[in-house]
Amino acid sequence: MIELKAVKKSFNTGKPNEFVAIQGISMLLEAHKATVFKGPSGSGKTTLLSLIGCMTRPTSGRIWLLGREITSLPERFLTELRRKTFGFIFQQLNLIKGITALENAMLPAYPAGDRYESIKKRGMDLFDRFDIASKAHAKTEWLSGGEAQRVAMARALINDPDVIIADEPTAHLDTHLSKEFMEMLGGLKQGGKTLLLASHDPIVCESQVADRVVNLRDGKIEEDTK
Amino acid sequence: MKNWIDRQRNIVDFTLSSLLRRKKKNAALIFVYTLVVFSLSSVLFFSQSLKKEASIILKEAPEMVIQKIVAGRHEQIPTSYIAKIEDIRGITELKARLWGYYYDPVTGANYTLVVNEDSGLSPGTIAIGNGVAKVRLAFKGDTIEFKAYDGKIFELEVREILSPESSLVSADLIVISEEDFRRLFSIPNDRATDLILRVANPRELPTIALKIAERLPDTRQVLTDDILRTYDAVFNWRSGLMIAIFSGALLAFIIFAWDKASGLSAEERREIGILKAIGWETSDVILMKFWEGLVVSLSAFLIGVILGYIHIFLTSARLFAPVLKGWAVLYPQFKITPFIDGALIASLFFFTVVPYTAATIIPSWKAAIVDPDSVMR
Repeated sequence: MIELKAVKKSFNTGKPNEFVAIQGISMLLEAHKATVFKGPSGSGKTTLLSLIGCMTRPTSGRIWLLGREITSLPERFLTELRRKTFGFIFQQLNLIKGITALENAMLPAYPAGDRYESIKKRGMDLFDRFDIASKAHAKTEWLSGGEAQRVAMARALINDPDVIIADEPTAHLDTHLSKEFMEMLGGLKQGGKTLLLASHDPIVCESQVADRVVNLRDGKIEEDTK
Repeated sequence: MKNWIDRQRNIVDFTLSSLLRRKKKNAALIFVYTLVVFSLSSVLFFSQSLKKEASIILKEAPEMVIQKIVAGRHEQIPTSYIAKIEDIRGITELKARLWGYYYDPVTGANYTLVVNEDSGLSPGTIAIGNGVAKVRLAFKGDTIEFKAYDGKIFELEVREILSPESSLVSADLIVISEEDFRRLFSIPNDRATDLILRVANPRELPTIALKIAERLPDTRQVLTDDILRTYDAVFNWRSGLMIAIFSGALLAFIIFAWDKASGLSAEERREIGILKAIGWETSDVILMKFWEGLVVSLSAFLIGVILGYIHIFLTSARLFAPVLKGWAVLYPQFKITPFIDGALIASLFFFTVVPYTAATIIPSWKAAIVDPDSVMR
């Protein structure tokens, strides 16, 4: 489904402080599977997810999504891909403060031009599914860590994307909530979603949900376990 | 099209809830903004309306006034001058006029005294403007004392109080008979204040003025257009004065608005990053900021203009009147006829709404073109 060929990403190219985050990674990521990128801090997990999720372009190398080369696409198409194909759960969750949980979840659907009522219904259905319907009209700053995580998940799913990208999703959750979260991800995988996770949390890496664990170090693949 | 409307609707919806998050800050901004629009629109409405009123009044005025000039000063004109110029072709009416000012030591006010042949006033009677009536507490039938040139006191009876409709020009007016006027100021029968004339074709005015200048070299010809120009200059000067006073406030507002609109806070930058990361295009972010700027500036503009309208036309410019109406002791009590100039509103709009909206968009565009991966870190 997603193919990377000799993908390299460096920051501050040509400057004395040049830093190579990804050093020529090639790999194939299958659809409807859960892949976990594991590795210490600075190993390139987040950068790799950003590259796959069309948030940034590689310095060299190419990425294919469903057979379509996406690295050379103009910004507008990349945005559309981000909106339609990927759902993101960020490490810091990145919910917008001051507006309601439901509004946060609805945000990715606004620019698509769907009817407001239909987006709202989709959002409420997801809130029902994740058991947070009672928090729909609460401001995000009033939510607990677990509730905020579910709102972030609802936001990732509002446009019904094929791929869910989650960066360190359990970083701020306790063991119980982390396990619960992995169960929810398992449900999504069963529903046909492709999961790409970055984590060094054993609960994620050793979970039944993970089909493949890719160990990264210094921007290279150290180990790839299926 | 429907899709486009829904997209706008969704983005406006988010913009509004986004604005409501910073209620106090945005309310303060709208308040100051409204105050600026209110002040500007009040000044412009007022000076425009006065100019308009003046031009309406002057429509009825004679097309030319002839004054005798001695050593550069306005002097009484001999009525015999009429005979010297009345045969000039194109003149339809030519007559002598008597008018002047009278300082009333009782009230400290200056009255304008005018002789009007059509008023039908007999010697010993006068008609007074409502401003005079008010300061002298005079009613119809009362008598008002005047001190003549030689210090003698004589009384004149108030026959009529002029209608308040024309109070801008008639507030300090006293219409008096010719006989009383001459007696009061010791003006000989063969002298007048000035001459007025009307012509059949206004385009001939400059030629007629030239001919009069040749025949009466010691006179000056004042055309209605000159008076209008003077009014324009005076009102523009006054509104300019007001704008100068407000320019300090205006400048403070510009700095405040610029700071608010152009400098995005770290929080706003982060939000733009999040929106980009979850699939908002740069154009969507700009659209959102456009709506945000428009909601703030348009609300302030509409409220400011409506308040300005109410202030000028419903409360008769209560706040600005002392400065804008001039130096007269007898401030006319009158209602300005509501008058709105489309070009005036448009220029106000362009000077208030457009710069603010533009100032909000530019920094957002700068923030929105960066890679969205910053939110991943």
